[in-house]
Amino acid sequence: MSDNSHAAIRTDALTRVYKMGETTVRAVEDVSLEIRAGEFVALLGASGSGKSTLLNLMAGLDRPTSGAIYAHGKNLAEMSSEDLAKYRGHTVGMVFQAFNLLPRMTMAENVELPLRLAEVDRNERAARVQEAVKRVGLSARTAHRPTELSGGEQQRASLARALVNRPTILLADEPTGNLDSATGTEIMNLLREINQSLRMTIVMVTHQRELAEKYSERLLLMRDGKLESDGVRQ
Amino acid sequence: MKTRDMAELAVRNLREALLRNSLTTVGIAVGVASLVAMLSLGAGLQHLANQRLAQSGLFDAVLVSPKNSFSDFARAATRGQTLGTPRPLDESARNEIAKLPHVAQVYPNIRFPTEIHFNGNPYPTMVAGIPMSDRNDGSFDGMTGSFFSSPMADEAIVQIELARELIPDAAKNPESLLGKEVTLRYAERQSLAPTGAGQSGGTAEPGFSLVPHQMKLRIVGVVQTEPASGFAGPGQGRLLIPEQVAEQLSAAQTSDLRQLLSGDGAAGQKTYQSLTVRVASTSDVSNVDSAIKDMGFSAFSILDAARSLRIVFAVFDLLLGIFGSLALIVASLGIINTLVMAILERRREIGVLKALGAADRDIRGLFFAEAGVMGLVGGIFGVLFGWLIGRAINLGTNIYLARQSLPATTISLVPWWMVGSAIAFAVVVSLAAGIYPASRAAKLNPIEALRYE
Repeated sequence: MSDNSHAAIRTDALTRVYKMGETTVRAVEDVSLEIRAGEFVALLGASGSGKSTLLNLMAGLDRPTSGAIYAHGKNLAEMSSEDLAKYRGHTVGMVFQAFNLLPRMTMAENVELPLRLAEVDRNERAARVQEAVKRVGLSARTAHRPTELSGGEQQRASLARALVNRPTILLADEPTGNLDSATGTEIMNLLREINQSLRMTIVMVTHQRELAEKYSERLLLMRDGKLESDGVRQ
Repeated sequence: MKTRDMAELAVRNLREALLRNSLTTVGIAVGVASLVAMLSLGAGLQHLANQRLAQSGLFDAVLVSPKNSFSDFARAATRGQTLGTPRPLDESARNEIAKLPHVAQVYPNIRFPTEIHFNGNPYPTMVAGIPMSDRNDGSFDGMTGSFFSSPMADEAIVQIELARELIPDAAKNPESLLGKEVTLRYAERQSLAPTGAGQSGGTAEPGFSLVPHQMKLRIVGVVQTEPASGFAGPGQGRLLIPEQVAEQLSAAQTSDLRQLLSGDGAAGQKTYQSLTVRVASTSDVSNVDSAIKDMGFSAFSILDAARSLRIVFAVFDLLLGIFGSLALIVASLGIINTLVMAILERRREIGVLKALGAADRDIRGLFFAEAGVMGLVGGIFGVLFGWLIGRAINLGTNIYLARQSLPATTISLVPWWMVGSAIAFAVVVSLAAGIYPASRAAKLNPIEALRYE
C-alpha cells in the first residue's frame, strides 16, 4: 500500500457488518482505496450498495467492523469517541440530501452551529459565518429560517455550514437528491468551485452517473458492499 | 461547547415546546412552593417559640443565689457534712458579677407580700420589681396601657387576676383601671443600730426592725402574666412596680426571716435573696454560669431546655421537609417525561449535532442544561409561590388572632437561607431527573438519529 502522507483518506480492507435480527448484512466489505488531498471523488452505486455506509465511516459517524480507515494518516478506527467528535467538527464537513438544517434557527445560526460546538470565539464567529454565507451566495438571506428558504437555498446554507469550520474534506451524501435539475446543477457548480478554489477534498455519494461523470475527477463504483471499479475520468 | 452557548441553546430549545416545558416548570414550582411553605411554617414556628422563650427571660438569664440555700443544707445533712460560712450575696457581689464579661445587666429579684388598698378595700397580694429592660424585649407586647414611664416612677402594672379582684369587669374593660390610684402597704426592713463592742466582736445580736410604710401608685397598665414568673422566685407577682422603686422600698421579703434565723451575712446588712443576671448572648450563658459558681454562689440557667427544644424543632423541620419534598419528587418525574419526549422529537437534531462535531458530553450537557434551567426557573417561581402561601397563612392567622383580641404574630417565615437552599434543591433534583434522559440522548447512534423521520 502506498504512503498515505498525501492521502486525505485511505482505507485498508475496510469492512462494516450489521446484524439485522438473524441476518448479517455486509454493508461494506474489504474496501481498500486511497483518496488524495484535493480530489473530487464520486461514489456511485445503486441503493443498498454500501456507498452511504462508506461515507459515514469516512465521516467518523460509524466505526468499521474490521480493517482500517485513515484520514490524513490517523486511523479513525482507533480514535476515542471524543476524538472522533473533534474530527467531525474540524476535519470534515458534511452535506446531506435532506439538508438537515435546524428549523427553529435562522440560516446564519445554523451556519454558526459548528463554530459553537468547536468553541470558536464569539467575535470570530460572525466573520466566519459571513465568509461562508458569502461563498455560497446567500448573504441576503441570513435572517431567514430554513422553512422560508427554497430547496436550493437550504442546500447552499447546508454547504455554508459544512465549510464554516474550514475543513479539509467535504463529504456530500446525495447533495442534489432533493433538488430539481437546474438547482442541482447550481449546487454541483458550487461544489466544483469550492474544490478548485480551496483545493478541498470532496467525496460525493450519488446514484446519478451523468452528474458524477460531469463534475468529479474520479468515479468509485460500489456494488453489494464491494468496490467494483475505481476509475479516473479522462 | 462553552457553558454560555449551551445555556443559550437550552433556553432556545425550551422555548420551542413552550407549553409542555412551562407545565413541567410549573410542576417544579408547585413542588418547591409546597416545600417552602412547609419549611417556612417550621421556621416561623421555631422563630416564634424562640422569641417567646427569649421574652420569657429564661434563656439569656442566670439566677444567682447564696450557696447555702435550703437545698444545700438538705444535701449536706444527708451526707453528714456541715457547710462552711457562705459568701453573702450583697452589693459587692452584685458589682463583681456585673463586671463579668458578657454580663448585660444584674438586678435583684424583689418580690414581697403586701396589702394594697383600692377604693377603700384591702387586697393581699404579691409585689414584683420589674427592670426597665423588660420594656423592649417584647414581654409586655399586647398589654393594655403602657410600661413604666421612668425607673423611679410611682407607677404600677396590674396582672389581670388582681385586676379582676379590683374591678369585676376588668377582663372586658381593663382600660377602666388605667390612671387609678392604689395604696401599697409594706413593711420596710431597717437595720438595727450597732451596740456594744460591734459586729466583729460577735456580741451584737444580728437582726433588723420592720417598720410599716405605705405609698401611692398610679396604675399605668394591665398585663396578662408576669414575665419570667416562676424563674425569679416563688409566687407570681401580681402588682408590678419598677425594679429600682422596689429596691428603694427596702421592703421585707419572705427570705428575710430565714436569713435572720440562719445568720446569713452580717447582722442587718443588706443582702439579696437572689439576683437575675442577663447575659448578652445565650451562647455565653454557660460561661457566665461557671464564673458565678466560681465566685462561690449557686447559679442556675436552663439552656439545656433550649437545646432540647432545638432538637424537637429539627425533627419537626425534617418531617415538614420530607412532606414538602414529595411534591418536588413528583415534579421531577415530569422533567424525566418531558426530556424523554424531547429526545424522541429531537432525535434527528441530535444526529445533526453529532455530525457537526458535538461530543457525547455536549449532548449530555445540553439536556442537563435544559433540566437545570427548568429547575432554576421552577425554583425561583416556587420560592415566590411558597412565600405568598406563607404570607396568606400569616394573614389568615392574624385575622383570627385579631378576632380573639390577641396580638399579631408571624408563624410563616422565609429566611434568605431557605430561598437559596430551595432554589438549589430544585436545580439539584432537576439535574438528577435529567441524568437518565441526558445519557440516553448522548448515547444515540448518529446514523440512526439522522435516518429518523
